[in-house]
Amino acid sequence: MITFEDVTLTYPGASEPTLREVSFTVEEGDLAVVVGRTGTGKSTLLGAINGLVPHFTGGTLAGDVRVAGRSTAHNRPRDLADVVGWVGQDPRAGFVTDTVEEEIAYGMEQLGLRPAAMRKRVEETLDLMGIAALRRRPLADLSGGQQQRVAIAAVLAAQPRVLVLDEPTSALDPTAAQDVLSALTSLVHEVGLTVVLAEHRLERVLHQADTLLWLPQDTHGVVVGPPSRLLLTCDVRPPLAQLARALHWDAVPASVRDARRRVQREHLRVTAPAVVPLSTAPARVSVRDLTISYGSLTAVNRLSLDLRPGEVTALMGRNGAGKSSLLWALQGGLPSTGSVSVDGRDPRTLSAPQARRLVSLVPQTATDLLYLPTVAAELAQADRETGSQPGTAAEILSSLGSRLPPQADPRDLSEGQRLSLVLALQLCAEPGVILLDEPTRGLDYAMKDHLSRTVSRLAHEGHVVVVSTHDVEFAAASQRTLVMADGDVIADGPTREVLTSSPAFAPQTTKVFSPTAVLVPDEVRGAR
Amino acid sequence: MTPVHPWAWWAWALGLAAALSMTTNPLQIVLIVLAVCAVVLLRRSDAPWARSLRIYAVLAAFIIAMRLFFFIVMGSGGGTTVLFTLPQIELPSWAAGIRLGGPVSAEGLVFTLYDAGRLAAMLLCLGAANALANPKRALRSVPAALYEASVAVVIALSVAPQLVESVQRVRRARRLRGGAARGWNAVTAVVIPVLADAIDRSLSLAAGMEARGFGRTRDQRPPSPALTGGLLAAMLAATLGAFLLLGSASPPLGGALLVLGVAGTVWGLRVGGRRLSVTRYRPDPWTARDSLLAASGCAAAATMALVGTGEWPTLYAAFHPATSPLTWPTLHPLMLVVAGLAVAPLALTRAPLPATTHPGHLGEAAA
Repeated sequence: MITFEDVTLTYPGASEPTLREVSFTVEEGDLAVVVGRTGTGKSTLLGAINGLVPHFTGGTLAGDVRVAGRSTAHNRPRDLADVVGWVGQDPRAGFVTDTVEEEIAYGMEQLGLRPAAMRKRVEETLDLMGIAALRRRPLADLSGGQQQRVAIAAVLAAQPRVLVLDEPTSALDPTAAQDVLSALTSLVHEVGLTVVLAEHRLERVLHQADTLLWLPQDTHGVVVGPPSRLLLTCDVRPPLAQLARALHWDAVPASVRDARRRVQREHLRVTAPAVVPLSTAPARVSVRDLTISYGSLTAVNRLSLDLRPGEVTALMGRNGAGKSSLLWALQGGLPSTGSVSVDGRDPRTLSAPQARRLVSLVPQTATDLLYLPTVAAELAQADRETGSQPGTAAEILSSLGSRLPPQADPRDLSEGQRLSLVLALQLCAEPGVILLDEPTRGLDYAMKDHLSRTVSRLAHEGHVVVVSTHDVEFAAASQRTLVMADGDVIADGPTREVLTSSPAFAPQTTKVFSPTAVLVPDEVRGAR
Repeated sequence: MTPVHPWAWWAWALGLAAALSMTTNPLQIVLIVLAVCAVVLLRRSDAPWARSLRIYAVLAAFIIAMRLFFFIVMGSGGGTTVLFTLPQIELPSWAAGIRLGGPVSAEGLVFTLYDAGRLAAMLLCLGAANALANPKRALRSVPAALYEASVAVVIALSVAPQLVESVQRVRRARRLRGGAARGWNAVTAVVIPVLADAIDRSLSLAAGMEARGFGRTRDQRPPSPALTGGLLAAMLAATLGAFLLLGSASPPLGGALLVLGVAGTVWGLRVGGRRLSVTRYRPDPWTARDSLLAASGCAAAATMALVGTGEWPTLYAAFHPATSPLTWPTLHPLMLVVAGLAVAPLALTRAPLPATTHPGHLGEAAA
């Protein structure tokens, strides 16, 4: 269905090609998952399928890309609209109209379909994606998962034979992501569509994937193979792949069920490490009866909490549960009632530069803090605005294990590099409390490991660290876990206790060895 | 029941705005405003754009407040009933004709109030059209030749609220860096992230539109010079005709030119539209009901225009109550007729069904 023949792609001004002599075939009806570290050219590969690369992005493409027999060399992306459906990361950024029905019809209007045929296909597509109930709803009022399903429906209406999705779940919370991915797998199984997608959280799609397209670092090539073999060697390691390596298995189980069966068959015995009790050090942050409201909506409801140094606290819960509001209120940047005390002072009453020395927050869109043209300029500005010795911020950055080219534009960095930069800028003020709002979005497994080591180190140095996250695997590395729902804290305790007590918040390793309370693959290394 | 054609709502609202521009009687103005508000509240959908009436109401109140403020501070003389006297500031001789402070007369105050109220009411009519008819949907019904222009306007309309959201987010984030940037830096600290955000979004929108086939059916050959020239000439003729007609210099010639020009423009747009074979999904049908709706607004405007000719002096006086000397405005039966035309949509249409057919994720989306 999709054939790449000796494809070499070079962007203008780049010293070496992004893809070099890439050849592979994706069979009709396959679900192919593109994996690779950040910056290896996953988006480029996906864009090349419908010709957005190089027709839209620029660059030179040597070799041949064919989809359903049509070459992208002679067909512009718009000419392939009835063969390849392409869906981007943020559904909101791609909407052209206002309501669900009009958005679905938009593509067909462009193709010049007869109104009667259009009407029929809209109805079919609404049913196929299970969004018939939303048909008249304004797009802006939908939840993230619903929006992404509408975006998929909108390209499906043109009845393409291939669906290409570039990280369709990266802007969604886990429930919404599951919603979208299950819709996709039913398209593969029920409709026979060929689907190619890139996904950072591989554990979500692994059990459905037929083929893996792996882009190794530095070689600019593509390695194609079945997930169970390829994941043993590749540099992208979802939890089950880490588990297979820790247990020296010869294949990576596709799902928790497969892994559980193998564990039972091999009579593996594991022992859970003891639960580490929470720290008893004096609290540095203490919150009493904190309430945050937006109009009639109560985001945080009479919440009381103590945070102690030396621990990383993971803050979990659905979108809209009040996690971000809580973090912003702790920093003093959001009006709230009740008492907040950080080292005996209330950040709400302090000026912005003073509050920053007490509590530092890395917001969800970390790039909002960056406005200078180079990394060096940002670091120098951080030194100036905190009154530190020149070079302090640069030193902090290298102590975080990040070496960034000083003349690079911060906006050209990868998500992980940008996060390190913003963290260094924020640490320059030497705050006692560090809050990170959803830092794991868009990070690959290696970057998440790195972040996890960084926050542990900060906690060991005596900082109070709170990280809000949707990622249970990331939360597993923390010492304390808080779960919020509807403005309340519904669970609070040592991470091992909270995460192993319910399947909803359990990491994959825990599910495999349940009821034994293990959290990460490292804890079962070499078990027999 | 088919939804009302967006242009029918606009015709109704613009007709009422035109009618309002031809009266200063506060009773008539209040009657029309009440009618418009009633129609909006009872006939709007639950979509985001339907909530816009409040913004227009605030704007209207602001207009009235500003006019009154400027009248009280800088009001011109005239009127004998002095309500109160502000201390007057002597201005240098070159500013003769401008007065700061001084006596404030009841006559002047009432005149200003009538005039500002009329302007505010006209603004409310526009707000009503916006709330009742999605402007983007209205743009879907433009001739095919204007398709690209309407797409650009639609995108601009959706980018504006996103830009506001982006600015709010970045401004909030500035506190996290201590808000230390001053002067030019403070501007770039907000503008750069917002612009970068906007550019990223436009690029992904453009990529999405390209991938969905935008512009695929467009005829790539340049349009014929005869068509372009003809269209331009027709539009010039229409403009000149309108100018002559309104200037009353030569009404018959003006009328003829206007008709010719409009006909030529319609022909040009139709021919031009054939270059693009984009189809329309469920185009809004124009029904007899829509014609009646548009006619109700236009009839209100026409009634006022007849009164405005001055053929019936008593009628004219009723619609333009004197403010010097002050008189009570009187209610003429014809005003009730105009107000009746303004509420006609309530009889002609039914309330739209709620778009939400199940409770769904509204709370989630709001958070």
